[in-house]
Amino acid sequence: MGIFETLSFAAPELVLVLGAMVLLITGVFIGDKSAKQIGYGCVALLLVAVLVVLFSPTAPTASLFDGAFRIDAFSTFCKVIIYLVAALAILMSDQFFAGEKLRRFEYPVLIVLAVFGMSLMVSATDLISLYMGVETQSLALYILAAFKRDSHRSTEAGLKYFVLGALSSCLLLYGASLIYGFTGSTSFEEIARIASMEGANVGLIVGLVFLISGLAFKVSAAPFHMWTPDVYEGAPTPVTAFFAAAPKLAGMALFARVLVSSFHGALGDWQPVLAMIAVASMAVGAFSAIPQSNIKRLMAYSSIGHMGYALIGLSAGTAQGVKSVLIYMAIYVAMTIGAFACILMMRRRGGMTENISDLSGLTKTNMPLAIILTVLLFSLAGVPPTAGFFGKWYVFFAAVDAGLIWLAIVGVFASAVSAYYYLRIVWFMWFDEAAEPFERDASPVLQFAAWGSAILMFPVLTVFMGRLTEFAGRAAAALF
Amino acid sequence: MSIAGFAFLVFSFTIIASALMVVASKNPVHSVLFLISTFIAAAGLFVLMGAEYLAMVLVVVYVGAVAVLFLFVVMMLDVDFVELKQDFLQYLPIGGAVAVLVVVELIMVVSVWAFPSDADLALAHPSPTAAQTVADPNGPTNIEAMGLILYTDYVHYFQIAGIILLVAMIGAIVLTFRTREGVKKQDAAAQIGRKREDGVELVDIPTGQGLS
Repeated sequence: MGIFETLSFAAPELVLVLGAMVLLITGVFIGDKSAKQIGYGCVALLLVAVLVVLFSPTAPTASLFDGAFRIDAFSTFCKVIIYLVAALAILMSDQFFAGEKLRRFEYPVLIVLAVFGMSLMVSATDLISLYMGVETQSLALYILAAFKRDSHRSTEAGLKYFVLGALSSCLLLYGASLIYGFTGSTSFEEIARIASMEGANVGLIVGLVFLISGLAFKVSAAPFHMWTPDVYEGAPTPVTAFFAAAPKLAGMALFARVLVSSFHGALGDWQPVLAMIAVASMAVGAFSAIPQSNIKRLMAYSSIGHMGYALIGLSAGTAQGVKSVLIYMAIYVAMTIGAFACILMMRRRGGMTENISDLSGLTKTNMPLAIILTVLLFSLAGVPPTAGFFGKWYVFFAAVDAGLIWLAIVGVFASAVSAYYYLRIVWFMWFDEAAEPFERDASPVLQFAAWGSAILMFPVLTVFMGRLTEFAGRAAAALF
Repeated sequence: MSIAGFAFLVFSFTIIASALMVVASKNPVHSVLFLISTFIAAAGLFVLMGAEYLAMVLVVVYVGAVAVLFLFVVMMLDVDFVELKQDFLQYLPIGGAVAVLVVVELIMVVSVWAFPSDADLALAHPSPTAAQTVADPNGPTNIEAMGLILYTDYVHYFQIAGIILLVAMIGAIVLTFRTREGVKKQDAAAQIGRKREDGVELVDIPTGQGLS
């Protein structure tokens, strides 16, 4: 394959990274007064990248750079969602940063560079490219967490995330080096061949466990979740919205690709590990969220719990399991972005409010917001007619089909417990004394994101569910 | 004993002795200095193995950057190590248990290690190993070998590493750079762009009235 042909396969990544550099230089010359325009530029880049991914004239499957980078239905599915979410996250941030007098042109550029890292992650088929993708993404995210640099909490969030992230990278690298040591190769294909030929020995399993630990940290699954509530609370809210959506999908996709495409032969060895992580995450998500009074912390625990449900699907280890993970993550990302759009609308004259008690009696002061939030909370809880329920349905069924009935039962219990704290907020909104009303000048983008995701969550879109399962099924099949 | 054998003994003795001193010395600054001596001796061992590039990297990166950074941190933070060591006994049971666990794991892992044959090694390493390079005086040196694959087989990683450095640089600037108000700076463009009219004002003064 010639160099230009090779590069044409990596066109979306090239668009992102070259565009980000051009916009960065433009921003440096014009200064922070161009922040808004640079933001639009970055959104345009992401949309162009979506188009390139969707309408790429090349074959649907290709492996580049000596098997370091792979394009298939799986990477396409994840990339489209990640790019769209990132574009939305940039647009949603504008009003917040303008209000905080924090508009800086580096913000959208860093988001694009983080998205570039995620793009590498979902396409990685080699331990080295896995690590480099993770690191590109994480470095950009550390900076974003500390973006409000004059705020004590934001810098603390950034530093905490950085130090713990570095630790998790150590685990990941240690695992990768053991895997390399015992197979003599860093390529997933080669590892899969050797693992199935010689059987997985102790060294390989220990390496795999370390690798799983590192990746579990990146998707904030328990017991590697300690950083999540502090970082989510401290980081500026639009950044938290981005954290809760895109990196989770990228991390989960990477998880699926590593485990399924290179360690499918060792399914019996990693299945219990993943099942334990899933149970721990669901438990943490269900029980630790109950006493929270800050809604960003609540969303952090909620995301830990949701990672647990997604990992149930992954621990099934079948094509159906991976498909259910993709469906679950797509729905999770959509409802999380919507929920954060609502949180960004919680604004009073004095500034942003983040307390759950501020939502009480919302129906009396702001009916539309209350309706949206109610739908999204029902969906997060997984109450039947909403999309959140369908996500859990697929995941639990994949687990039952793979013989993990106990895991599905634990999942049902955990979602029953977690329904308590979601529905408690709904109770506050509908039946409590009205608190001071919020400002009603939310930007159109926020309105759009909130309404859009609430509408997506409603079963009106069963047609859409059909398309989603079809795409997810095709994507999952690409891994097997 | 050959010179190389003698050098090996000297380097390995230095490594072991100074590594012990890193842990044993009371003054943290001395610990860092002994760490530097460990690195340099290890670089010597790499030279003996014919891996002169790795030796250079060790000296430049570890001695030049990492150790100096340690030194800065130790001097700036002013940590009282005597105080830290007082809690040693308190944490010994947990720490010891973890250490034993890790050692057991490592023994399990290492015990299943199988060394590949020479033929497998040749397959796994597209570039000649150090041992082969030393054996073959006409082959590429290991810096040449690295250059041959870095920009061809590994160009993908090389470019991503570049992006990672760019992100780190943006981060450093975003988080620490502040434009301070009231600092007098030289602005060459403004100086050159200044016209005569901006600086000189011609005033007609009637005779005998002076300038009010």
